[in-house]
Amino acid sequence: MDGIGWNYSEKVKEHFFNPKNILTIPEEEYKADGIGYVGSPACGDMMKIYIKVKDNRIVDLKWKTFGCASAIGSTSMLSEMVTRNGGLTLEDAYKITPEDIIKELGGLPSNKIHCSVLGDKALREAINDYYRKTGQIDKIPSKEAKVVCECLNVTDEDIRMEVLEGVKDFETLQKRTKVATGCGKCKENVIKLLNEFVSQYYSCDVYTGEEKK
Amino acid sequence: MIYLDNNATTPLHPEVKKKIISFLDKYGNPSSAHSIGREVRFYIEEARKEVASFFNCLPEEIIFTASGSEANNTILKSMVKCCSNSCSTESVHIISSSIEHPSVLNTLKCIEHQHVEVTYLPVDQYGMVNPDDVRKAIKKNTSLISIMFANNEIGTIQPIEEIGKIAKEYNIPFHTDAVQAVGKVKIDLSKMDFIDYLTLSGHKIYAPKGIGALYKRNGTKPICPLINGGHQEFSLRAGTENTIGIVALGEAFRQLKIEMDEEVARIKYLRDKLENGLKSKIENIKINGHPVHRLPGTLNVSFKNIEGESILLRLDLYGIAVSTGSACSTGSLEPSHVISAICDIPEIAHSSVRFSLGRENTEDEIDRTIDTVKEVVEFLRKISPIV
Repeated sequence: MDGIGWNYSEKVKEHFFNPKNILTIPEEEYKADGIGYVGSPACGDMMKIYIKVKDNRIVDLKWKTFGCASAIGSTSMLSEMVTRNGGLTLEDAYKITPEDIIKELGGLPSNKIHCSVLGDKALREAINDYYRKTGQIDKIPSKEAKVVCECLNVTDEDIRMEVLEGVKDFETLQKRTKVATGCGKCKENVIKLLNEFVSQYYSCDVYTGEEKK
Repeated sequence: MIYLDNNATTPLHPEVKKKIISFLDKYGNPSSAHSIGREVRFYIEEARKEVASFFNCLPEEIIFTASGSEANNTILKSMVKCCSNSCSTESVHIISSSIEHPSVLNTLKCIEHQHVEVTYLPVDQYGMVNPDDVRKAIKKNTSLISIMFANNEIGTIQPIEEIGKIAKEYNIPFHTDAVQAVGKVKIDLSKMDFIDYLTLSGHKIYAPKGIGALYKRNGTKPICPLINGGHQEFSLRAGTENTIGIVALGEAFRQLKIEMDEEVARIKYLRDKLENGLKSKIENIKINGHPVHRLPGTLNVSFKNIEGESILLRLDLYGIAVSTGSACSTGSLEPSHVISAICDIPEIAHSSVRFSLGRENTEDEIDRTIDTVKEVVEFLRKISPIV
């Protein structure tokens, strides 16, 4: 194990050691209005988020995870961000990004960013689930992602997520997404996009969520 | 703090520490002909004798290096063509395993770009190489077989006698990275004549970091130095000697000779107690590594449904130091290559924790560890979505 990546902020530590809003009762008893479920234990992390909705606001959020300290810390943080002051509206909750969470946490070591992306993903899944259950499918935002590799249907959003999960070079990206293995025309564009995301997320050791000036 | 990460590194033996302190002012260069240099030369040669006596080999067969990694690099890189006549000029083949230490695996990957072909043998569910696979992998141009003595993560001890004898039968030099085995398994190099090269490291046996050694049996093919320069270490490793490190290493081996048998038995008792305690108090755990042929102080456990780094950091909060094979702790996307090699269920690797015991651990510490691990595992399972 190497020594880098252990400089967690006090906030991360606090949320890791005393995680907030964990679901402690059986799922059936909680009676969530929406449940979101992402990741898999095979990948090393998995997240499940349960929400209760009242008057278009998330009044309660509970969660469970198979994940590392960053995953636990960032999801605990997310649960507070969503439910404080009477709860965010579904629309605002939908817009939360890993960057927002990391900012609240006071930064995460850059090699741990990929551990923090599951919380907000699971939250959006939970909101989608709520929309589905309440017959508001039209409210589920269609993906705005742009297809960059037409042969394999890989989007810019897919590439961004891969980078957030730790991919930094084209070879690994290709192995994981099969991008540019069809006609190969998009390769140059993909590399450009990849480099942009890598420099956005990994150009300093502690990523704070702040935009680069 | 309860330190259960002795496979990562060990604290100094109190006698080694004393020795270092007594040696701090002996600044002479052992290559100098004057008395200040000669005195230091005397002590490093005494240390070499101490190491040799531990292994029952000749002092001139011990080459001091800066680390085990350097010793591994030295022997592996001497397989590729370079300036010296002693280096191979033809394309060569090396047999190794998939669970070697990164200082072997990454060096092999590097020399694969230099006309070296490598066969990485698989291991069974306990992390053991099958000697028959070694035999089958041998080619006309196989120039080296390098298999670790014991694995650092899971502690599995390889059948190196069988493998070494196969190597001998085909007249192929045999190297073993024994960094984890030294001081825990008896190694008598006069009897184990199938070992041509052996790697050892100081900081795993209560000596400081920054000192290791390569054993090179007399009569084996000459090797090319990794670091060129002066004539130090029989012209096989240039650079003014790490005199303090060498003297400390000599003392560490002197202490091992005195206490190894007793310590190995005591540590094995504590490890078994820890293993049995965890098994009886915590459900759904899997012991990684060989049930019998395993280092006495190593216990690698997967706690189903929870993630290794979380376990590590919570144990750290309670004052217990361990290590894990989960991806989140390695800084990469992949979990431990060793656990992945013995089990194709990735979550087993992600939830693995290694406890490695050493001479300072006490029975009371083991009792406390069992209770604390139980508490931490119960908490993390409570927040786990997997049932």
